[in-house]
Amino acid sequence: MSKVLMKGNEAIAEAAIKAGCRHYFGYPITPQTEIAAYMAKRMPKIGGTFLQAESEISAINMVYGVAGAGFRVMTSSSSPGVSLKQEGISYIAGADLPALIVNVQRGGPGLGGIQPSQSDYFQATKGGGHGDYRLIVYAPASVQEMADYTIKAFDTADKYRMPVMLLADGTMGQMMEPVELPETTVQEIEKPWAVRGTQNKRKHNIINSLYLNPEELERTNIERFEKYKVIEENECLYEEFMMDDAEYCVVAFGIASRISKNAVIEARKQGVKVGLIRPITLWPFPNKVLKQTADKVKGFLSVELSMGQMIEDVRLATECKKPVKLCSRTGGMIPSPEQVLESIINLTKEAK
Amino acid sequence: MTTQILIAGFGGQGVLFAGKCLAYEGLFEDKQVSWLPSYGPEMRGGTANCSVIISDEPIGSPIVAKPDVLIVMNLPSFDKYEKDVVKGGKIVIDSTLIAREAVRNDVNAYYIPATKLANELGIPTLANMIMVGKMIKETGIVTLENACEAMKKVVSARHQDLLEANVKALTAGYNY
Repeated sequence: MSKVLMKGNEAIAEAAIKAGCRHYFGYPITPQTEIAAYMAKRMPKIGGTFLQAESEISAINMVYGVAGAGFRVMTSSSSPGVSLKQEGISYIAGADLPALIVNVQRGGPGLGGIQPSQSDYFQATKGGGHGDYRLIVYAPASVQEMADYTIKAFDTADKYRMPVMLLADGTMGQMMEPVELPETTVQEIEKPWAVRGTQNKRKHNIINSLYLNPEELERTNIERFEKYKVIEENECLYEEFMMDDAEYCVVAFGIASRISKNAVIEARKQGVKVGLIRPITLWPFPNKVLKQTADKVKGFLSVELSMGQMIEDVRLATECKKPVKLCSRTGGMIPSPEQVLESIINLTKEAK
Repeated sequence: MTTQILIAGFGGQGVLFAGKCLAYEGLFEDKQVSWLPSYGPEMRGGTANCSVIISDEPIGSPIVAKPDVLIVMNLPSFDKYEKDVVKGGKIVIDSTLIAREAVRNDVNAYYIPATKLANELGIPTLANMIMVGKMIKETGIVTLENACEAMKKVVSARHQDLLEANVKALTAGYNY
């Protein structure tokens, strides 16, 4: 039995350590505190750094510093805490530094509640901080994926020199499932840009996000967007479930996709040809497959734990060729498989 | 086959731990398992519950809204969740703490004075595991042997002295 039961939050923390992360900065907040607790226990034993900062703003700027020195580094929080981190995330993006930010979402806006939510979709995918920038956003849907995409996030962050977000929610963070962690996965790459001291052998490196010359600032933005194009081409991930002969398509990520799977299976039993497309990366969003699917199906259903945020990207991706309906609960409430099933049945009546 | 289990009681009764043991027992038999706690401002004396799913198939939603099996260790939980149990489902009730019987007659109710038994056996904190033992007996979801074996994984290395007590509780519930 190589599998162990772990909470999603613990799986993130252990996977980060396996990926070579030795620096964690954070501030406790429900429902992700287990990440910080796990790091506090483990980091001192393996020569790493766990530091509970005085605030989320402080923690993200510590991440900025360690990322500049070229070491694998992460922070984690839940919705209100991630809002506080946005300035720092924008700086890290502007300075082209790799780092992992984990958001185990809870209901909002404001202090909101502590129950699960997916209402930070806009913030995560549309650049929650200021300026032209993107984050690669992974949306795991199991405890195993919490671990797998944490490791992958460190790799893609290094590969493209940019901040990456793991977007989970309270249920994914709190639930336990069997998980298998790989033994060694560290594939750290050379970081000639890092500020680790020159030993008087080379010109010093500069980590900076300030460009007072607008021509130069425009150029850095254009170059960065060239990189984003490559990422959109190469890094988009999604799962198709029962889509082969589907006439209707449910789109859902994370916990909502798991609830939707129950509903899809039940709808199939009732003779409704429905399938599910689950974006695993929320940016880059699986535009291509959704556009192709729009030519095959009669309608889409976006299932979310928000008032409807991803639905806008589904409409953009499908160029509004087919109706896109919403099935959602928000504020910490979770749609039941029955509610999703009912929405699927309604969709079949409205989109013939 | 998929069995959806809801365990509910007061905080401090070991409701979440009982669920974790069940999940490990499922894992021990190579089944798919998930465990989801209620989380929030709960503490000793408040209410606590957890959803456990043990299945031969990959598990979709980890949230148990309509349990096949309900284990209740206090009256508020029994009042709240009795109506949610599926028709033909099973309810295991700690009759030391819950004075009433099931209202529904389309479910199977099993009464066991777990808290009293735990006190008599000198393991007053393990009424939860007596409940699990009874539940295993009535559902056959895992064998008693595997359940006891799985306990070795759940009880941390530091507390191996408690392993024997947990096995004793499981067995007492099973044989009641």
